[in-house]
Amino acid sequence: MRVLGIETSCDETGVAIYDGERGLLAHALYSQIDLHAEYGGVVPELASRDHVRKLLPLIEQVMAECGSQKEDIDAICYTAGPGLIGALMVGASLGRALAYAWGVPAVGVHHMEGHLLAPMLEASPPAFPFVALLVSGGHTQLVAVKGIGQYEMLGESLDDAAGEAFDKAAKMLDLDYPGGPHIARLAERGTPGRFTFPRPMVDRPGLDFSFSGLKTYTLNTVAEHAQVDGLPDEQTCADIAHAFQEAVVGTLAIKCRRALEQTGLKTLIIAGGVSANTRLRTELEAALGKIGARVYYARPAFCTDNGAMIAYAGCQRLMAGQRESLAVNVKARWPLDSLPPL
Amino acid sequence: MSRILALDTSTDACSVALWCDGRVEGQFELAAKSHTQRLLPMVDEVLSEAGLSLSQLDAIAYGRGPGSFTGLRICLGVVQGLAFGADLPVVPVSTLQGMAQGWLSARPERQQWPVLPALDARMSEVYWGLYQWHDGVAEAMVKEAVSAPEAVVDAVQGQSLDAFTGCGAGWHYPPLQSLKPLSCEQQWYPDARALVVLAARALAQGAVQAADQAEPLYLRDTVSWKKRERIRR
Ligand SMILES: Nc1ncnc2c1ncn2[C@@H]1O[C@H](COP(=O)(O)OP(=O)(O)OP(=O)(O)O)[C@@H](O)[C@H]1O
Ligand SMILES: [Mg+2]
Repeated sequence: MRVLGIETSCDETGVAIYDGERGLLAHALYSQIDLHAEYGGVVPELASRDHVRKLLPLIEQVMAECGSQKEDIDAICYTAGPGLIGALMVGASLGRALAYAWGVPAVGVHHMEGHLLAPMLEASPPAFPFVALLVSGGHTQLVAVKGIGQYEMLGESLDDAAGEAFDKAAKMLDLDYPGGPHIARLAERGTPGRFTFPRPMVDRPGLDFSFSGLKTYTLNTVAEHAQVDGLPDEQTCADIAHAFQEAVVGTLAIKCRRALEQTGLKTLIIAGGVSANTRLRTELEAALGKIGARVYYARPAFCTDNGAMIAYAGCQRLMAGQRESLAVNVKARWPLDSLPPL
Repeated sequence: MSRILALDTSTDACSVALWCDGRVEGQFELAAKSHTQRLLPMVDEVLSEAGLSLSQLDAIAYGRGPGSFTGLRICLGVVQGLAFGADLPVVPVSTLQGMAQGWLSARPERQQWPVLPALDARMSEVYWGLYQWHDGVAEAMVKEAVSAPEAVVDAVQGQSLDAFTGCGAGWHYPPLQSLKPLSCEQQWYPDARALVVLAARALAQGAVQAADQAEPLYLRDTVSWKKRERIRR
């Protein structure tokens, strides 16, 4: 089965074609980062307007790239939530109507299931069961995964998501949105040990997260060292970025290890934008290697939003016979553990 | 010989119509907040009642705005999917002109006066236009615009009309009432069954677009854009 996947839940327009036998055939992404940069965050109305302009050209592009004709596409899937409702509607409306016009089935995909399954697109994919750490702009969750649609929520953030914490810390250091990659780059030049930031909630049992205290701590440290222009000197900024990243990474690593110990599982997958973070990857590999567990992740381009993960997840559900009616439903909120098992 | 499917979801109304060589069939319903659920099923019903498939059409028309931003994009998304999927051109139609077309063609006695359709644009503004009946078509007398009600009053007074009628939800703003239209119906919506008549004219004149060229007409392009608030859990 060959599937066209569409992602428009936030500020990236992603389209891909995935073939159940041959794997990923083509993918294309248009990022709106520049469009939103001057606002320091995503503006929903502007995001929706841009999806309208970019989606059809991207579909034409990926079809041409892999030489797929209309007759070659067996089904269409699109992100149906969670996300920005107006942005979701663009991809869902077009995707569902295109499937109707082509006379092929369609299915709405859960954005976080897309993220969660993204490591499956890589050469040596993980096998079920495993623990998934979902770390993105809107989510920080630990999930026990027995199979597709068999998700047990182990813990999640009680306040800010990890990616959101990166974005807010970046803003305090006057770095561009989205801040994760900028913090990571700046942290490379940081002096280890100059600052030690608190690791939130690691002393408490359980698998929930909290990043708002770390946010306040970062803000205070920036203020303490601020010069006349309101920012610390360059080296201090790098040192703060380093300390911040270490605290986030350290916290995530401790909770991941705890989740593996609690479930008795030996495989961890990390997914979502923050899973692109190199420090997080190396730290998890080191920490979990000690307990004989393996870590899997997707290539950086498939950690942040993309069409390939939606095409993959949709293809699995379509091959299992799942179908959407002509009524298009999108949801801003949609708990991952409410999905039906395959 | 032409067959056109028209769709509109620019307001609380959701409508689909089919033009077959001058005969118009269609569906219209009030579907606030459920356009995504209703639009494609209505397309399917209208086509199957006529015993037609998409490939037998010549074009797909859409209410291109002004109107609810989200509504315009739902319509455009579906239209692009249908048109790209079936290799059809698309025909954009003004929602305000569509309202005027429906209003004037519904009652011949209205056709001697111009009509001012107005939609609520929120933020104390209206989308509005002014149309007069000519040769079976509601023709624009002014460029459609988004304006404060007071500015509409000034602009209309500048036209020195003897009389005119009004339609559409934008008329709920009190300043507009001071214009004293001959009659005014606030419960009047764009309707694909009227839009499709305008689309047939446009198609005959070759005013079509490729599906990937289709765009909504928002009219309002400069507002203080608000950043997203993160949804918590
Ligand atoms: N190298 C990195 N290090 C840390 N954070 C990163 C890195 N790259 C991206 N991010 C963060 O990842 C987030 C974006 O990830 P993603 O696109 O998955 O989130 P989203 O789609 O906005 O949210 P969600 O998937 O929860 O709806 C941003 O917060 C960004 O700062
Ligand atoms: Mg995401």
